[in-house]
Amino acid sequence: MSTTMSTTPVTGEPKGTAGPRPGHRHRPRWRTLRAIKGASFAAPFFLGFLFVFVVPVGYAAYESLFSERSSGLGIGGQERVFVGLDNFTRGLSDGAFWASMARVLAFACVQIPVMLGLALVMALLIDTLATRTAHRFRLAFLIPYMIPGVVAALMWMYLYSPRLGPLTDAFDVLGVHVDFYASEMLWGSMGNLLTWHGLGYNMLIIYGALLAVPRELFDAARVDGASELRIALTVKVPFVRGALVLTGMLSIIGMLQIFNEPLLFRQVAPETVTKNYTPILMIYNQAFDANDYHYAAALSILLALVVGAVSFAFYKLTNRPQA
Amino acid sequence: MTLSEKITTAPGAHATEPAGARRASRADRRRARRSREGMPVGAGRSRVAGGLVLLGLGLFTLYSIAPVWWLLVSATKDQRDLLHSNGMWFADFHLVDNLEQVFTYNDGIFFRWLLNSLLYAGGGALVCTLIALGAGYALSRFRFPGRGAALGAVIGSFLIPYAMLTLPLYLLFSRLGLVNTVWAVLIPSFISPFSVYLAKVYIDGAVPDELIEAARLDGAGELRIFVQIVLRMMTTGGATVFLLAFVQNWNQFFLPLTMLRGEEQWTLGLGLYAWNAKRDEAEIDLSALVLTGSLLSIVPLAVFMVAMQRYWRTGVTLGSLK
Repeated sequence: MSTTMSTTPVTGEPKGTAGPRPGHRHRPRWRTLRAIKGASFAAPFFLGFLFVFVVPVGYAAYESLFSERSSGLGIGGQERVFVGLDNFTRGLSDGAFWASMARVLAFACVQIPVMLGLALVMALLIDTLATRTAHRFRLAFLIPYMIPGVVAALMWMYLYSPRLGPLTDAFDVLGVHVDFYASEMLWGSMGNLLTWHGLGYNMLIIYGALLAVPRELFDAARVDGASELRIALTVKVPFVRGALVLTGMLSIIGMLQIFNEPLLFRQVAPETVTKNYTPILMIYNQAFDANDYHYAAALSILLALVVGAVSFAFYKLTNRPQA
Repeated sequence: MTLSEKITTAPGAHATEPAGARRASRADRRRARRSREGMPVGAGRSRVAGGLVLLGLGLFTLYSIAPVWWLLVSATKDQRDLLHSNGMWFADFHLVDNLEQVFTYNDGIFFRWLLNSLLYAGGGALVCTLIALGAGYALSRFRFPGRGAALGAVIGSFLIPYAMLTLPLYLLFSRLGLVNTVWAVLIPSFISPFSVYLAKVYIDGAVPDELIEAARLDGAGELRIFVQIVLRMMTTGGATVFLLAFVQNWNQFFLPLTMLRGEEQWTLGLGLYAWNAKRDEAEIDLSALVLTGSLLSIVPLAVFMVAMQRYWRTGVTLGSLK
């Protein structure tokens, strides 16, 4: 059993290593045998990976090349037609799709820097505390992260609700009337929700990076007479740059795939949160509302390409050698 | 806190020591840290700074906790008080009524959702962890052809949008007759590239090659080495992998939303979403139900995470090293 399964991960043999091929007998047999046994530990995962990752991606690519043409009221069933790259050309020129992409990216440009900036301040503040106190604050800051995304969104929808929530009343007391579901406020409402939910996790990563910095460095700066603020800005921040790049990258990838929050806000403000509001919302509606699965598959491939391109660009941009 | 403050606030520790000796022992550092503990800040200018730090921390704490507090308070109110009483403080205490309502509404479907969520999160994470440890062990400690490509596939798959996987999986599963069964949610959660990556990083660091070699010389088979040595040495790492997978599964929404049509198989998140959606149509207002249910859905995960703090702390920082 294990030997048959072990063939799965052995794909695309690298040139350098001698595999168990005839003609390469100079390698001891027991080592080959061990490699096979070792690889078989990975077999369950890669079999599953094939089934849950590779096949679906291939299937999506395949399906995106077809289209359904209905033959009158769908009584005679629908006809499958090979259309080549038509779905992609349609997707590339689909204003609604790219508008959703631009909407999300523009939102990301505001929300992510705000969230990461706040998370950085949080981490720097915690870092000035003694270890045990720091741990207590860290746990408090992480409470939002322990709440499932859907539940967090539901909760904030109630908090924003003019009927039930305390926020509208609180702002009224201050003399400001805020409608959190008005179209111009909606991204702000959603941004606050995402920031609230994501702060703790990002703080944790940044704080983890801060802890890895040798403390002697700060002491040295202190001996030289640098103020704490100066140390934070010129010593600590450069050291957590890597963590900021990472959290930024993860946030962008997550943001391009935002779905839960707009889906829920759509229940309250359907005029603003249209069914094409974000890329995945549009893909979901194409697949399950419009039943145009083939087009949805093409759009999801386009989205994957954009995610890859944005990640690559971000990586290139942040990994420039420093002057 | 400056050096001078450290010295002034730790009379016993530092008065007798030259400054150069500070870098010395661990005991020293602990003493220095203890001296800082609970001490806002010592002198003059820094008292303002210390006050600002505490103010900032206080504001962040308020921001993080106040909404949860509101939810907690709201879960104790009946429909009328939800509308008319102060949101941040208790009115008449109706928590027990609300709980009863949540668990009996629609023949106790909520309890069913709770069990489903536990099954998807717990069962999914358990199998996922075992599979990931096996794969991580193979990728970490064996050299076999295709290893590099396999590792590349694992890391590359982080970038695949979940919608791109879920929609074709839906079609695939519907052909296999798996849609609308628990397997439609369980099978995808068994396979997590991130868990494999995490397991590999842990095994890289925690399982020495020499030990495995020694076991081999003693004649232990590969499977026995894995089960009796690697798995045992990986209890901490494995717990972290399990925990992160559990949280991931507990939070998933898109997959169950796509795969499950009948409410018998739903998760808590899906159920609450549906309750909220029909809030306006139903004759009775379900707000109290949704709020109490939301609070209940937080409790298991929060308890779990607080209890297993030391595991996810290392896990999250480790994840950031990639």
